[in-house]
Parts: sequence; structure tokens; C-alpha cells
Amino acid sequence: MPMIYDVTIDGKDYRLELERANGGWKCKLDGLEVQMDALLRRPDVLSILIGGRSYEIKRERSAGDTHLWVGSVRYAAELRDPRSLHSRASGRVDEQGPRRLLALMPGKVVRILVEEKSEVDAGQGVLVMEAMKMQNEIKSPKKGMIAKIVAVVGANVNAGDVLAIVE
Amino acid sequence: MFKKILIANRGEIAVRVMRACREMGITAVAVYSDADRASLHVSRADEAYHIGPAAAAESYLNIPKILDAAKRSGADAIHPGYGFLSENAKFAQACAGTGVKFIGPSAASMEIMGSKTRARVAMEKAGIPFVPGVSHGLASFQETAEVAAAIGYPVMLKAAAGGGGKGMRLVQAREELRSALEEARSEAQRAFGDGEVYLEKAIANPRHIEMQVLADEHGNTVYLGERECSIQRRHQKVMEEAPSSMVSPDLRRRMGEVAVRVAKAAGYANAGTVEFLVDAEKNFYFLEMNTRLQVEHPVTELVSGLDLVHLQIRIAAGEKLPFAQADVSLRGHAIECRIYAEDPDNNYFPSPGKITLLLQPSGPGIRRDSGVYEGWTVPIDYDPLLAKLIGYGSDRPQAISRLVRALNEYFVGGIKTNISLFRRILGDADFQAGKVDTGYLDRLLKNPRPEAGQEDCKVAAIAAGVFAVLDPGASANAARRDSVATSAWKGTARTEALS
Repeated sequence: MPMIYDVTIDGKDYRLELERANGGWKCKLDGLEVQMDALLRRPDVLSILIGGRSYEIKRERSAGDTHLWVGSVRYAAELRDPRSLHSRASGRVDEQGPRRLLALMPGKVVRILVEEKSEVDAGQGVLVMEAMKMQNEIKSPKKGMIAKIVAVVGANVNAGDVLAIVE
Repeated sequence: MFKKILIANRGEIAVRVMRACREMGITAVAVYSDADRASLHVSRADEAYHIGPAAAAESYLNIPKILDAAKRSGADAIHPGYGFLSENAKFAQACAGTGVKFIGPSAASMEIMGSKTRARVAMEKAGIPFVPGVSHGLASFQETAEVAAAIGYPVMLKAAAGGGGKGMRLVQAREELRSALEEARSEAQRAFGDGEVYLEKAIANPRHIEMQVLADEHGNTVYLGERECSIQRRHQKVMEEAPSSMVSPDLRRRMGEVAVRVAKAAGYANAGTVEFLVDAEKNFYFLEMNTRLQVEHPVTELVSGLDLVHLQIRIAAGEKLPFAQADVSLRGHAIECRIYAEDPDNNYFPSPGKITLLLQPSGPGIRRDSGVYEGWTVPIDYDPLLAKLIGYGSDRPQAISRLVRALNEYFVGGIKTNISLFRRILGDADFQAGKVDTGYLDRLLKNPRPEAGQEDCKVAAIAAGVFAVLDPGASANAARRDSVATSAWKGTARTEALS
């Protein structure tokens, strides 16, 4: 029973079928069979052999997203299981419901630019964070209303901490 | 020779200086703030002293605390590295006052070069070529407008106490002058506590080329060739190389001789760097002198075969330069990449955090000066430089191909870095042809990223699925609902239940 994934690499969509068979792999990409062997060398590092070519793939994960490095080229990667209702619901249609604004990196909250219950546009600055002597404006991911501001001026936050909620 | 040197710095440069101390049989003393107990420089030292809270003003910039650590450890010299107190004349003075040797120039030399207007006056006397402009702070808008009209637009307003592009404004025409002057002044005031602003003619698309000098305390001064530092973002250097592809042997000799005159005019001793702007016609103008070791000193070390930190220490100990100008010969080509904890998807904003995975390149022609290790959390309190990757080859194409190869081997996981940027620069036709100026990188970044290779995209797609199968726990951890950037790695845990 193969596993099926919808994968998006730098905006390009692929349908991937993977199955482990006889100690090796059966792999189809967009319906075409690919001779492939894969080995997880250590967490986040793969060795993949495709038709005699050898690739080292590194996975970069951070609070919000995943990138894959093929050599020194970095690709934005998204993966969905089309059979999973859960992942379908949380895919791109996510724009609808409330969204939590997360800190993408550790730092300090230096300013809050909007008030609770105020309307914001997509891309509008909500607050300013500082790390390593640089300030960065954290923007609203969507048009809507600021339901709650969780961040406190002067507080240190970690990557992934919730800063505000936009409805 | 010194028995014990305190390194008043942190990160990769502290580790670099400690290596030199070890090589010379000198005991190395680290200092560290609350944020740096686990930092690499503390483990690499022979002795380490705590100097205070994370804020630099209360630790690495705090002169009494550093001198106290020197006293407690019994250090007979202090190496300041770069940044922090390295160009602080008061610190050099205070070291002298407590009988600890400051490894660098005298406080008097630093004071001349510390103010850009004062440096201009001193260099004017010594007949050094510099960009047409004024050598004093501008008193009024009226005066500024008159000077700007006399030398001709475009002009550049600059902070006298400045550095790093702060308090700097390019002014194309008189209409922009008043607001630019106000902005430059208030920015300079905020950044340096000194609102003095002066004015120079703006050079169109200049190159930023600097000359390494070395002077002993017996009047001998030599130059060790130039470094091309034109690849910059927000006036911060990103990549440097030696030699510059636009500098001929004759131009090198002329720039070098001027750099030596600059150093002599300031009564300079130890390692220093004279920065020049070079225009399209290869006219060069004195910009400023950095009175310390530069971040990019390794490229000069690789092409000259000299160890600048060893030489700094020997000079500070009173030794004479062990060679003359005629003995300096440059060989091969070196390029340095500054590896920063920065997010390439978020305008290169700093990205501190825990390094969960560190794969480091090595092999022929590769030097790596690093201040980090796997498992360490990069603190939010300091500059985002993690390491420097330097490629060396017998010529420029070989240096480039070695760096490209090494970048393939390099990976930092858990935080974001600018590693992918270097791949782009090294593969760019203008860079390969040596056609760079200080606007090069901004222009490159405005272009859309070159289309990714079809084959590698497919490999990435397959890898995404394989990761989901073989390393699902990690994928599930990475997944967070409602993230700012939509990610669907969260689907993977459920997929596992099916397989």
C-alpha cells in the first residue's frame, strides 16, 4: 500500500507515491517510476541515490516552515497527505479562520503598533521585535481584526511563541 | 614575550586569537557574559572570567570589569579583537594606565582616526588623496548648501563619528538636502551620541578596497596588499577577497604606499587597515582607517602566508617586523564568506536560536573560522556572525570553485543562515567576471532568484516524502498549526498511521 503525498517545492506541485519493498523503495513521481534508494544518515540528513546519482539532502526546520537543501541550493518544501482530512483542512484554505501570529525567531518585543479589536490589512505591521541589534516588523498574515495581543513590550519571546491573534 | 593574554571579545574572533595564543605558548584568558557561559570561546580558553550581564554595555564594553578580569588573571596584555572596545581610545589609555599592554595602536593614533573629520584634517596635511568635501562638521543648512553647490551633486552626508552606514545619506539634488541633513544628524546623534555631520562628493558605483598595513613600534611600516570589500548589504560587508580583480601591481604599489603614509601620519603601530573608495577610472580616495584587526583578515593571511595575529602579538611585545616590504609576496587568491544567522526569506533579519545540526566543510583550500558548535543556542544579544568560510586557490576561478564545493558540504540546522546567498553570488556572471561595486549585491537581490534546476526540484520532492516516512517524529515536531507561513508537515504523523 503506497503512501501518497502532494508535495510543493518552490511553488511547483508534485504527486509522490512511496512504498517500501524488499528492503528498498518503490517510488513514483507524477506517475513516473523512479529508481531510488534512500538512507537517513542522521536526523535531518538524507542520502538519496537516483539512477546512480548521489544526493545529500538536508532539512531545515524553523517555527513556521521547512526548507530542503540539495547541495547548497535551498528549496521551500510543503507536504500534504491528500487522504488526510486534517491536512486538507489546514492547507491553503487556512486563510479563513483565526490566525495566530507567531514569533519566527527568538527576540524581544520592543513596540506594539496596533490595538486590540482594531482592523488590520494583510501585510500591515502589528508589532516590532528586536534580535541581535536589528528591529523587525511582524506583519499581519491576513486582513481582519486583532482579536488579542498576547505579546508584552519588553518581554523576551522564543521562536514559535504566539504574539497575537488575528480574526 | 607575553605570558598571558586576555581576549576582550567573544565569538569566532575570540577563538581565532586564542588559537594564536596556544600556538605561541601563551596562556589565553576568556571573559564572558551571562549569555556566553556555554560559548565556544570559553571552552577554548585556558582560563575564563565572568564579567557581567548579557547587555554588552555591562560586560564586553565595560572597561572597569575587563581590567578587573585582567588583574585577577594576571594577564600582561589584552587583545581586543574587532568591534566592542577595539577602537576605543579610552580603553587603550586605561590599559596603559594599569600596566597591561593593549595589543593595537596607541590611544593617540586611535583618536586621530576615531573621528572622520579629524582624520581628514590629519590626512590633508600629509597629502593623502581623499574624496572632495569638507573636513569639519557642518554648522548650518546654509553652509551645507554652499559646500554642496561648490563640489557638485550628488553628495554624501556622513556622520563624523560614524560607521556601518549610520548617519549616512546620499543627496542627488538641492531639494533633498534639508531633510537629508536633518535625518543624518538625528540618526548620528542616536547611534553615536554625536550629531556632527560632514559632506563629501558622492562617487558613482565605487568599489570599496582596503589595504592591510602592519607597523612595528620602531618605525617600520609595510603593506600586505588589498582586499576587495565591495560586496555589501546595508553598508555591511558580506564577502571579501584578496587580491581585487581590478587592482594591477602598479595600482597596488601606489595604494600601498599611500596606506603606509597614512599610518605614518597617525604614528601608527600594529595591524591596521586603510580603506579607499575607488572610482571607475581607478582613482582612489582615502575613506578611513580601521585601527584594529579586520573581520576579513584571513584572506590576507592566505595570500601573504603570514599570520596577522601572531604578528600583532609580537609587535605589541616590542619585536621588530621580521621582514621588509620587498619580502612581502602575494600568491594565489582567497575569498571569504561571512556566515550570518540571518533569515533569507525575511529580508536577512537576524535569526538566533539553537543549532540542532552542524555539518562543516573541510578539504583542500578551505579555512573555517567559527565560533559555534552543534547544540549551542546562538544568543539574541550580539552580532549575528557565526563563522567565516574562506576558500583559497592558486587563482580566482579555483578559489571560487572550492568555495562552491565547500558550500555544498556546509549546513546549519535549527536556525536560518545566509549560506544560500553565497551560492547565488558565486554563480553570478558579473561576480565571476569581477564586475562588482558597492551597489552590486542590492542589484543582485532585486532580481528574481534564478530558476531552480528541474532535476534538483524533483529530488527535493522525493526527499520531502522520504523524510516524512523515515523521520516523522521530527516532522511532526516542526509542524505547528496556524503558523505564519503555512506548512503542512503536520500531515505526516497521520500518514504514518496508514503505513
